[in-house]
Amino acid sequence: MSWKVLLGPLLGLFLSAPVAAVIETYEFSNPELEQRYQDLSFELRCPKCQNQNIADSNAPIAQDLRRLLYQQLEAGASDEEILEYMVARYGEFVRYRPSFSSSTAVLWLAPLILLLLALGVALFAVRSRRPAATEPLSEEERQKVRELLARGDRKA
Amino acid sequence: MGPRLKLFLPLVIFASLALFLYRGLDLDPRALPSALIDRPVPEFSLPVLGQERLVGPADVIGEPALFNVWATWCISCRVEHPYLQQLADRGVVIYGVNYKDESAAAQRWLDELGDPYRLNIVDAEGTLGIDLGVYGAPETYFVDAAGVIRYRHVGIIDEKTWNTVLEPVYREMQVERSAP
Repeated sequence: MSWKVLLGPLLGLFLSAPVAAVIETYEFSNPELEQRYQDLSFELRCPKCQNQNIADSNAPIAQDLRRLLYQQLEAGASDEEILEYMVARYGEFVRYRPSFSSSTAVLWLAPLILLLLALGVALFAVRSRRPAATEPLSEEERQKVRELLARGDRKA
Repeated sequence: MGPRLKLFLPLVIFASLALFLYRGLDLDPRALPSALIDRPVPEFSLPVLGQERLVGPADVIGEPALFNVWATWCISCRVEHPYLQQLADRGVVIYGVNYKDESAAAQRWLDELGDPYRLNIVDAEGTLGIDLGVYGAPETYFVDAAGVIRYRHVGIIDEKTWNTVLEPVYREMQVERSAP
């Protein structure tokens, strides 16, 4: 049996794992809606759960929100309208990428601030070390280096 | 900064981080602020349990009240039920939102355990629940005389939470109502 025969099933096994998340299936009138359903259900967070999106959660509320998402998509709502609808009821908590506001500013800016802080510390550390390494040798030291090198040559 | 002071920098960073994390120990990650605080009760038109009529917000607002979201499948609801009865006996107005439940089972529950509710709104599909931002029962919404949601309590109501947190909210709603 050639190894190529196994390749197909193996690839299937690895590639299909993330898709098998949702429990119930919905029939969409067009594939574009289905894609948006996938994207939104991965972006919306289950309010009952601590850290699961509604696509992964088995909680009754996640099922309800998936059904709602399906109904709204089929009714022609835009992504923004759907997110707005969810946020109006469950707060920014339901979005994994909450909109920027005074209450979420810390959340959005913290990584940037930490990065700048880290860069600052790194820069400071590098700066404070440099003078010791770049100080030129005095004539006396050069002489000593030459002597040491010459001695090394003799040994070799 | 002097070189000696600089030695304390890691300690300061550690201490502030420790303080930050220590505070986190006391925070409840499930305490989800309601998006509906200071907003009016959402529109609905749903049947009343055991009756042939529909009710909307206009039928249930007018005085400070509790809207208790419950169901017969909810074990915590059974735990809080006796205390709700006590509150009702003391004159607290409580409306029930029978959430994603079977009306027959709900009616049986009330017959057996007592009925603390002025009336029960039948939310079989959970639509009012979603409009309220309910994510599990029991939840209790405090609605003032003007029909504005003032507070949302997630979990059971017992003597301790009532005395420490909830009664002040209820009292405030009552005081506001008596003052013109």
